[in-house]
Amino acid sequence: MKLRTLVPGSLLVLLFLGAALISFVWTPFDVTKLDIPNKLQSPSFGHWFGTDQLGRDIFSMIMVGARTSIAVAFIAVGIGMLVGVPLGLAAAANQGSVIDELIMRTNDLVFAFPALLIAIMITAVFGPGAVNAIIAIGIFNIPVFARLTRGAALSLWSREFILAAKVAGKRATRISIEHILPNILNLLIVQGTIQFSLGILAEAALSYVGLGAQPPIPSWGRMLAESQTLVSLAPHVALFPGFAILLTVLGLNLLGDALRDWFDPRLQRLRS
Amino acid sequence: MLRYLLKRLTSLLLTLLVASVVLFVTIEIVPGDPASFMLGINAQPETLEALRSELGLDKSKPQRYWQWLTGMLQGDFGTSYTYKTPVAEMIGDRMWISLPLTLFALLLSTLIAFPAGIYAASRRGRIGDATVTGMTQLGVAIPNFWFAMLLVSFFAIKLRWFSSGGFVGWDQGLFAGLKSLLLPAIALALPQAAILTRVMRSSLLDVLSEDYMRTARAKGMSKRSAIWRHGLRNAMIPVLTILGLQFSFLLAGAIIIEKVFYLPGLGLLVFQSIAQRDLIVVESVVMLLVFAVVMVTFLVDLAYAWVDPRLRARS
Repeated sequence: MKLRTLVPGSLLVLLFLGAALISFVWTPFDVTKLDIPNKLQSPSFGHWFGTDQLGRDIFSMIMVGARTSIAVAFIAVGIGMLVGVPLGLAAAANQGSVIDELIMRTNDLVFAFPALLIAIMITAVFGPGAVNAIIAIGIFNIPVFARLTRGAALSLWSREFILAAKVAGKRATRISIEHILPNILNLLIVQGTIQFSLGILAEAALSYVGLGAQPPIPSWGRMLAESQTLVSLAPHVALFPGFAILLTVLGLNLLGDALRDWFDPRLQRLRS
Repeated sequence: MLRYLLKRLTSLLLTLLVASVVLFVTIEIVPGDPASFMLGINAQPETLEALRSELGLDKSKPQRYWQWLTGMLQGDFGTSYTYKTPVAEMIGDRMWISLPLTLFALLLSTLIAFPAGIYAASRRGRIGDATVTGMTQLGVAIPNFWFAMLLVSFFAIKLRWFSSGGFVGWDQGLFAGLKSLLLPAIALALPQAAILTRVMRSSLLDVLSEDYMRTARAKGMSKRSAIWRHGLRNAMIPVLTILGLQFSFLLAGAIIIEKVFYLPGLGLLVFQSIAQRDLIVVESVVMLLVFAVVMVTFLVDLAYAWVDPRLRARS
């Protein structure tokens, strides 16, 4: 496993995961407390990342914002994988059958609605919020994993070792689990990494346009939206939440790359 | 190929039909009466009834769905509850910003990703590969609306090379229009270009280790020729998948980026319409975007069949 991606990736992920967990019991300042006389303070010993336009401590808001982002993205990717991968495997195992057609057309239908459109519809009906953001991103992840799994599994079903397993009398479900899944795990992890990153980014984007987590829960996306008109006046208000998103996503991607090497010995040998 | 095309076309139409039903039913769940919303709480019952009849709200749900569907097919998306203007006209005006922006970003993304991915794969393990991979790590991680804010801050506010927001209009000329869209398109394209570069690189690396590539090299073909003649075509399937996915990301992303740059595109229209509960506009814009995404998926499927005849034969 490449230490150069594993170490920084793990450290970054642990840093933000730790910040999110610690924020449940402690933050330097109360994120709901407004302190107008101290608004837009530059970073200092008292306020490490400065204060925002309402005098709130940006460091504390980033800590609390971390749990919103991580939770939304994690659950959304989980929904996508848990539903999408079995659907993709089933579709590939029964290629051309009614099941395949039904699964793929349903996927096409969900896939036709980008996450933001799903979020817009859900918002229009049920109102904005973190749970609706999870549902929107999660629903969008399902066809992504299903299509990827089906495509990758299809290319394996014509390979000799699968034919051998069929001749040996193994059933399609067993072949899918024992032979297809381990061979496409690499692809799924890479895609999972991309989707997790996209989940963090999508949550931030939804919050930025007001469709994600609602006040008073701090969210990185909303912090950026509120800082938009202040970029030239007080750049730190926009820089720190942006860097928080960038570093979390970067950490997850580096960790994902390291895991991919670990899961795929062939890749590890090639790289070394 | 014709049979494959017909089969895909049928499924495309079915997807659109079901999507329209899902969309109509979802919007119908929303509580509240548009006519009451338009006239306010002091409206007389007779006036309210007349408006409901004028908007077709007194008809049954299946009738209204049919009216909406057949209307759309003829380019009639109904009348905005808030602005009392045809929705098709409102969408038409805004589309001339959102669509060029999406296509501009897709073009930029592809132009960056293809050469970068091929370059990195052909120099695996060397400094060039590490540099491209490092850049893509950063590119994938950057939130595009934050990147857009930084672009505005640097190129528009500090250097004053571009306007910080708004759209000059195509009547000012193609160059002026594209200049207005350049910063938004860069902000939209870069993160997607980074993803596409990674996929291109990893897909090409997978192909490079295949037996037929070794055979091609053993026959005396140079590495470059082997990549161009055999590698690229086989590496294209995952790349096309991601390219197809990217269109919907870019289209949805454009809605967000339009907010950063105050571009009067479809995104702004949707958010305004949600705030004003002008649901007929939301419904129509979402259906139009769904149509665009489904069409692109269809074209990607056709491209699959063209790139890999095995998939066509299996279907």
